Amino acid sequence: MLHVAYLMPLFPLAGFLVLVAAGRRIGDPVAGWIGTLAVAAAFVVACLTLGGLLNQPDAHRLFVHDYFTWFHVGGLNVPVGILVDPLSVTMVMFITGVSMVIHLYSIAYMKGDPDYPKFFIYMNLFVFSMLVLVLANNLLLTFVGWEGVGVCSYWLVSFWFHRDSAASAGKKAFIYNRIGDAGFLLAIFLIFEKTGTVQYTGGPGGGIFGQLHHLGGGTGTAAVLLLFLAATGKSAQIPLFNWLPDAMEGPTPVSALIHAATMVTAGVYLLCRMNHLLALTHAGMEVIAIIGGVTAFVAATIACAQQDIKKVLAFSTISQIGYMILAVGSGAYVAAIFLMVSHAFFKGLLFLGAGSAIHGLDNEQDLKRMGALRKTMQWTTITFTVGWLAIAGIPPLAGFWSKGDVLDNVYSHYKVLWFLGLITAVLTAYYMTRLQVLAFGGEPRWDKIGPHGEPPLHAPHESPWVMRLPLVILAVAAFFGGLLDLPWIHHDSFEGWLGPVFAGSLYNDHLHAGGEWALALTDLAAALIGVIVGFALWRGAQVDKPQLEPQFLQRVWYWDDFYDALIGRPSQKLATFCAWVVDVRIIDGAVNGMASVVRATGSATRKLQSGYVRNYALGIAVGMAALIVFLLSRTWWS
Amino acid sequence: MSLSAGWYLGLAALVFSIGAIGLLVRRNVLIMFMCIELMLNAANLTFVTFARVLNDIGGQAIVFFVLVVAAAEVVVGLGIVVTNFRRRSTTVADDLHSLKG
Repeated sequence: MLHVAYLMPLFPLAGFLVLVAAGRRIGDPVAGWIGTLAVAAAFVVACLTLGGLLNQPDAHRLFVHDYFTWFHVGGLNVPVGILVDPLSVTMVMFITGVSMVIHLYSIAYMKGDPDYPKFFIYMNLFVFSMLVLVLANNLLLTFVGWEGVGVCSYWLVSFWFHRDSAASAGKKAFIYNRIGDAGFLLAIFLIFEKTGTVQYTGGPGGGIFGQLHHLGGGTGTAAVLLLFLAATGKSAQIPLFNWLPDAMEGPTPVSALIHAATMVTAGVYLLCRMNHLLALTHAGMEVIAIIGGVTAFVAATIACAQQDIKKVLAFSTISQIGYMILAVGSGAYVAAIFLMVSHAFFKGLLFLGAGSAIHGLDNEQDLKRMGALRKTMQWTTITFTVGWLAIAGIPPLAGFWSKGDVLDNVYSHYKVLWFLGLITAVLTAYYMTRLQVLAFGGEPRWDKIGPHGEPPLHAPHESPWVMRLPLVILAVAAFFGGLLDLPWIHHDSFEGWLGPVFAGSLYNDHLHAGGEWALALTDLAAALIGVIVGFALWRGAQVDKPQLEPQFLQRVWYWDDFYDALIGRPSQKLATFCAWVVDVRIIDGAVNGMASVVRATGSATRKLQSGYVRNYALGIAVGMAALIVFLLSRTWWS
Repeated sequence: MSLSAGWYLGLAALVFSIGAIGLLVRRNVLIMFMCIELMLNAANLTFVTFARVLNDIGGQAIVFFVLVVAAAEVVVGLGIVVTNFRRRSTTVADDLHSLKG
């Protein structure tokens, strides 16, 4: 069934086209159902593809097909084709699956929005771009998908663009991603220059992976670091992570789908896809691991001090992607993908749960104004609890296994980063417990006057079934997701499934059984410490604890202020200089100066135009006389 | 008997000067027109004279062109003068200075 794989991106594209053509006429809620069905069809195709791939023997799970040539210039031949292997199928399975339930959720969440069809237009276009990104069989087509998801992210972050904050958050996301994209382009140029192809595998010379010997030494490191720059932009890692918290201005389903489950993991996917290239450079891998570990830690500390429920989850996402990047840097690609999939489940669940709470409280996002939602929103509370325990790393939920897998692999390579990752695990459990207690536990605070004198909110209400069903589906997935890759099963699990894709570049030293147990117990201890401390500190009725939420963490380690001082304000000064000196004085000065000269000449000479015919006749006569005198004088002189 | 070319040229110069001075000093548009005709015909006389002196038919041919152009010019010019007179009841050139800068 592999030959149907090309239909996968076409269904969301068809949904996009139908909604563009007739979305306004179809309206609310049928437009949402059309969008959801388009993604569901893609999910069915993904399942068929998965079945087709599973029928093949391990070593032959690779299907590359070029459908047509996009362009052919000189030595550069860019086909439009797909690459189906365990990695891309894993990606499309969770992308289409999670997209489907989030589309379903959006049908109710976006109800009543004046731009209801537009939302699903962007969402379907996003799913299409994301599928192009992961299914493409060459770097350039991947880049097309990469830019497509970027622009959909921009549109959806600033979906409510009448709010200034949403409009500027969209711009911020776009500009930060542009920096990363420049790295991606340079990497493509470099790889093409050295290997003469942009195809991953197959084609003349066996593609990039067949030409790796041209990418040794410094060139390989440069290409890897440029690709990693692209990944830091898209996957919100240091130094380009600041855009993701602002991106929470978008509707909550967007945060769940694009800024937690799928798009932000594209950077991790790109690095996994290029694993054979990464294997060439030890220095590059170290940089990746260090950045990933530090990002995981920094973002986790910031998440401890945020008041906005979605901001906490945003920093948590940055931190979890930091784990994935750390795993990639340790050569543990399978662990990275495993964490990516389980993270898509539990972070999608947490965002949707948060969205349900926000929806029930008339768009209030401040944790300090929530409290006791368990009493009125049972479904949301139960499913959110599953998400909380999963991300905190409590067994037997998915997070325990996937995070444990990452930390085990890191332990065998970078002891310091492992320790940092362990502290991050404690922090993760702590801030998620804080979130859980503030939102769902304790006494209600929504019936009180807000900290800035806001009136009390209406009593929260449970969400409709189209929003509850996705919560339940994702909760089940987050609960049982760990079964995908249990550490004592090596072949019939993620490890055996994805192994061939990373053959040769996977660092494959298994710990001895005792070491695995010790590490697993350490992870469990870290999770429990975090949960217990979180409960102990945030249980009471008092929710304003400035000593636990230092300014340093609330202001994101002053990272935005730093960029503002380093780039923002100098750029603004330069722009002001250009606007008021270069433009007004020099450019406008030249134009206006020219005009004044013309006008002055005109006013001076218009006096000659007296309107009396005799004056003109006299002018002609005198001119003629002068001419004759001149000619005569020339005759005389010569 | 035949007069020398100098007489003809002298007459042409005299007629041309009368036309030029008349154009400069008179205010009536119709008179100015006549002065222009004088100047044109003075030029014609010069052409014919030189055609004869130099034994070149070209000079005489040009005179026909000048006559045709002069006729056309009179048609257009008198049309303007008549229209202007209907509109402003004047043939004094100095009253028509609304195009001054």
